[in-house]
Amino acid sequence: MAVKRRPLRHKVLLHLALLPFLLFALFPFYHMALTSLKTDRELYDRAAAPLLIRQGPTLEHYQKLLWETAFLTWTKNSLLVTGIATTVSVVIGTIAAYALARLQFFGVGTFGTGIFVSYLVPTSLLFLPLAQVVHWIGLADSKWALVVTYPTFLVPFCTWLLMGYFRTVPKEVEECAMVDGATRVQALVRIVLPMAIPGIICAVLFAFTLSWNEFIYALTFTSSSEEITASVGVTSELIRGDIYFWGGLMAGAVLASIPIVVLYVFFLDYYVSGLTAGAVK
Amino acid sequence: MAIGTVRVDPTARRSGLGVRELLDHERFLGPAFVTPALLLILLLVAYPFMMALYFALSNAQIGRPSTFVGLRNFVSLWESDSFRQTFQNAFVFTGIAVAFKVVLGTTLALLLNETLWFKRMMRGVVLLPWVIPTALSTLGWWWMFNSLYSVVNWSGIALGVMDPPGPNWLGQKYYAMAAVIAVNVWRGLPFFAITILAGLVSIPKELYEAAESDGAGPTARFWNITLPLLKPVLAVVVLFSTIFTFSDFNIVYVLTHGGPINSTHLFATLSRQIGLESGQIGQGAAISLYLFPVLVFVVLVQLRFVRRQAY
Repeated sequence: MAVKRRPLRHKVLLHLALLPFLLFALFPFYHMALTSLKTDRELYDRAAAPLLIRQGPTLEHYQKLLWETAFLTWTKNSLLVTGIATTVSVVIGTIAAYALARLQFFGVGTFGTGIFVSYLVPTSLLFLPLAQVVHWIGLADSKWALVVTYPTFLVPFCTWLLMGYFRTVPKEVEECAMVDGATRVQALVRIVLPMAIPGIICAVLFAFTLSWNEFIYALTFTSSSEEITASVGVTSELIRGDIYFWGGLMAGAVLASIPIVVLYVFFLDYYVSGLTAGAVK
Repeated sequence: MAIGTVRVDPTARRSGLGVRELLDHERFLGPAFVTPALLLILLLVAYPFMMALYFALSNAQIGRPSTFVGLRNFVSLWESDSFRQTFQNAFVFTGIAVAFKVVLGTTLALLLNETLWFKRMMRGVVLLPWVIPTALSTLGWWWMFNSLYSVVNWSGIALGVMDPPGPNWLGQKYYAMAAVIAVNVWRGLPFFAITILAGLVSIPKELYEAAESDGAGPTARFWNITLPLLKPVLAVVVLFSTIFTFSDFNIVYVLTHGGPINSTHLFATLSRQIGLESGQIGQGAAISLYLFPVLVFVVLVQLRFVRRQAY
């Protein structure tokens, strides 16, 4: 009995120690969702407890957001930019990663270092000159500027991540296929890529997340309501002159996060493994 | 396999054997495969970087031709209070935030490494702040720190740890910096915890068993086994986080816009304010170039030490 009780107590203490971390992580989301569901009357009543809804939840902030603002346009822009940038970057990153992991050619080491350095270059270092480049190529205030510029951080990231996955595919498998008469490209498409699918899923998820979450380029290269993405729309257009905008603002923040949350819930394990692989490998 | 060969061969023959043979040659296939990525990096990373260097040495302004002015931008930056304040902020912000993330991240990883109920769900919750768009979650924090309706103050007063009305978080110098750091720690902690957890998992169990049979307690095991073996992972995480924290933009932009009176400005936010909002591209570029030495440092350390250990 005594032997059994001690591990249980240990376990309970362990979970109690974790509790503050879980509260810290979750509370802002709880409070955002709660705020978005409150009536303005309760929201701006300084005597009311902010942690609960007493006067009944309401969807009025969501209704206003969807029908009286351009929120749906911003979301469509985000989906378009993220979809195209992710696809392009994963394709470019996959072939570059394969070359880096498997092929011997002139300059392969330098290129690998170049990819690594580009992966670390912060977007806040390049946004000023890139704004100029975007202007020159005629994409000022256009969501297409984002489609063009997002691969600058997505491709290095995908390449870096996938290099690690390609290294885990045994060379012999590929060599066998080539001895049987397959060309290298065939061996890549039929043997190596299928074996690297978990890595490619990871790359897609992270590229999607990184470009959905990107802020400084979107804020700098686009400004009109028809071209901006969801994050920029919510942070710049929902903040109005009067102070009673909080319900709508939180509703916008919640709704614009939903695509990522859905992906996250379905592919949690890929997020956990990819986060480590991206940094450590 | 056989079906594939039949299907592909005729096209290869039609376009001539030359292409097929070239594609089989690593010397040609390699460069062909890296060309798209290389072009992208040259045109949209290396070239803009060169432009940033040029801008920083010129008096470029939005919509006007620029001339070379040497180091004048840097000199006038050092003469301005807002830049000197920003320079100091950047180090305070990065130093404190990274220190908190290391300590809390290691603690959280050690907890998550134990056998837990709902293990997968716990990890999911812990990682959540990292996944949600920062600009949007920071809006939530902005509301939590609101001067009239702050839930932080309400809870602090309810628990008796704050005197009403509580601090005006975003309106007072040191409180604003504390708020910005808190949000950065909140958002960066998952990366630390999950990566350090991966490092913990890879430490062989036998080491702990051997130490335990030699009579080493939990504290001794942590200092003599866990920490030394975690060093490479900790080094990588700290390096990565340093550069991303140092160059942070989103949190400060949304939460304080650099205020009150520049007390939370970082290089990225000041660079945007001067380069775009006031149109002084030259000075803005000079400010953003202060991120470069840190980048170089991180890359060098990473290439020299960390990667050599890994391979």
